[in-house]
Amino acid sequence: MASEETIPIIVEFTGGLEMLFSDERKHRLAVPAKDSKGNAVTVGWLVDYLCEEIMKDNRKEMFVLDGHVRPGILVLINDADWELEGEASYALQPNDNILFVSTLHGG
Amino acid sequence: MEVATQSAEALKRQIATTEEELKRLKEQLAVVEAQSSIEKAVDGLELGAGPVTTGKWPLELEEYKRYGRQMIVPSIGIQGQLRLKAASVLIVGAGGLGCPAAAYVAGAGVGTLGIVDGDTVETSNLHRQILHNTAKVGMKKVDKIVEKYDLVLDCTDHPTSRYLISDICILLCKPLISASALRTDGQLIVLNSPPLPTGDASGGPCYRCVFPKPPPAESVVSCGDGGILGPVVGTMGVLQALEAIKLITSGKLLAREGEKADDASMLLFSANSNPPFRSVRLRARRAKCFACSAEGGLTLEGLSSGSLDYVLFCGVTTPVKILEPEERIEAREYERILKEGNRRDHLLVDVREKVQFDICSIEGSVNVPFSTLQGSGGLAAEGEMPAWIPEALPSDAPIYLVCRLGNDSQIIARKLKENGLGKDSRYIGDLKDGLKAWKEQVDNSWPEY
Repeated sequence: MASEETIPIIVEFTGGLEMLFSDERKHRLAVPAKDSKGNAVTVGWLVDYLCEEIMKDNRKEMFVLDGHVRPGILVLINDADWELEGEASYALQPNDNILFVSTLHGG
Repeated sequence: MEVATQSAEALKRQIATTEEELKRLKEQLAVVEAQSSIEKAVDGLELGAGPVTTGKWPLELEEYKRYGRQMIVPSIGIQGQLRLKAASVLIVGAGGLGCPAAAYVAGAGVGTLGIVDGDTVETSNLHRQILHNTAKVGMKKVDKIVEKYDLVLDCTDHPTSRYLISDICILLCKPLISASALRTDGQLIVLNSPPLPTGDASGGPCYRCVFPKPPPAESVVSCGDGGILGPVVGTMGVLQALEAIKLITSGKLLAREGEKADDASMLLFSANSNPPFRSVRLRARRAKCFACSAEGGLTLEGLSSGSLDYVLFCGVTTPVKILEPEERIEAREYERILKEGNRRDHLLVDVREKVQFDICSIEGSVNVPFSTLQGSGGLAAEGEMPAWIPEALPSDAPIYLVCRLGNDSQIIARKLKENGLGKDSRYIGDLKDGLKAWKEQVDNSWPEY
């Protein structure tokens, strides 16, 4: 039995990624606390969830490529590089802020 | 009487010729004046070449006046000002970032300033390149070398140059201040600070530590395609100058023995967000980084031998070549169709984004943006007609697609065919070379942007 419990988080997109998410930079979400196997949800799980549930755009490869967040996108957990926090395995906590930044190159 | 008329005619001709000559002279004067003002501005940058100090005081009297307000800021002081004067800064890229960065780096009293750029200045860039004026359009920019400088500012506009500059800075132990901008967003990172040798984990991360893999070439959007706001990129360039001043005046150009890197951070600027500035914490040097770790494969020899192909590494976008020649028509051919036929005989679909369509469009065309067609909507379920096809359009009426340059229109033409819109022997094709060709072949009054 999957739990009905949800956790509130804020997901933000910047650097052009917001275009893939209905042109909204900030999304307040209530995500399930447990995945289909009953494990606590992680940022890795969130990436798939965003792709399947939140992104209306068909260009999934602009966000996820070969099963990973596309090169050129930084993932920040509460304003810190997710590599400092355990990357995809980081377990989401209530009120976490997950920011996806697409690198810019113009000048 | 006839003599008088002839003499009047002769005088009129003479006036016309003289006016022409005057106009030409005025234009020449404007060019000369513009050049001399640029030369003056450039002279002003070379403070190191000025008269030597008298010995009693370390700076020229003029310099105390000029930099006084900056020197009385506690974090600068006389020591900071002397460090600025002794420092040399290389700015790579003299565009929207490089121009304001150069102005403020020079204005702070940095002794030596180098500016490198491979591009020529285009008029479309002038709204954000504040050091240029029209007299410089078409002029080649300068060319210098990293080695001679203490600090590098990456003000370029492509991943290729960003990886290359970062690699050079790692190999030569130079701190690097990297900024970028697009639309209303900007990003700023101070890299390789402290600039410790490769293999020293205490050194600041490099561009490859933060972005080990380059983004797919098709995801890289230039200012020319995505747009840019002058003050946004200007803000980022000015912030680069500020970081440069901070590094120089705090004596951080060279790494000190046993120095540990402060947490690296990236500053994000979004003009339309609240708050507009946000600083995020980045990782330290990557243990297996290709450039800055002990086991990385980057060497000066490899770099200078040209064995590293940065263009290949970042990938290249080749011009789209999807449609067959018979699926494409010339702009002048479409003009003929317009003149001979009736607008209801066909449909012209402009796939540029709405913001571009609003600037100018061919009369009678309908706008269905590329992003809509590639993204969530724009195409109906199988067997149904998309809402943007007028009901009155006969089922065999041709559909022509047009965009700015003739790339996106090919992708959409193919997509519409795959979606079954080409059945009933309907012709689907695009206007070759897009609206660029429309201007060249049909309507030279077309406002190219």
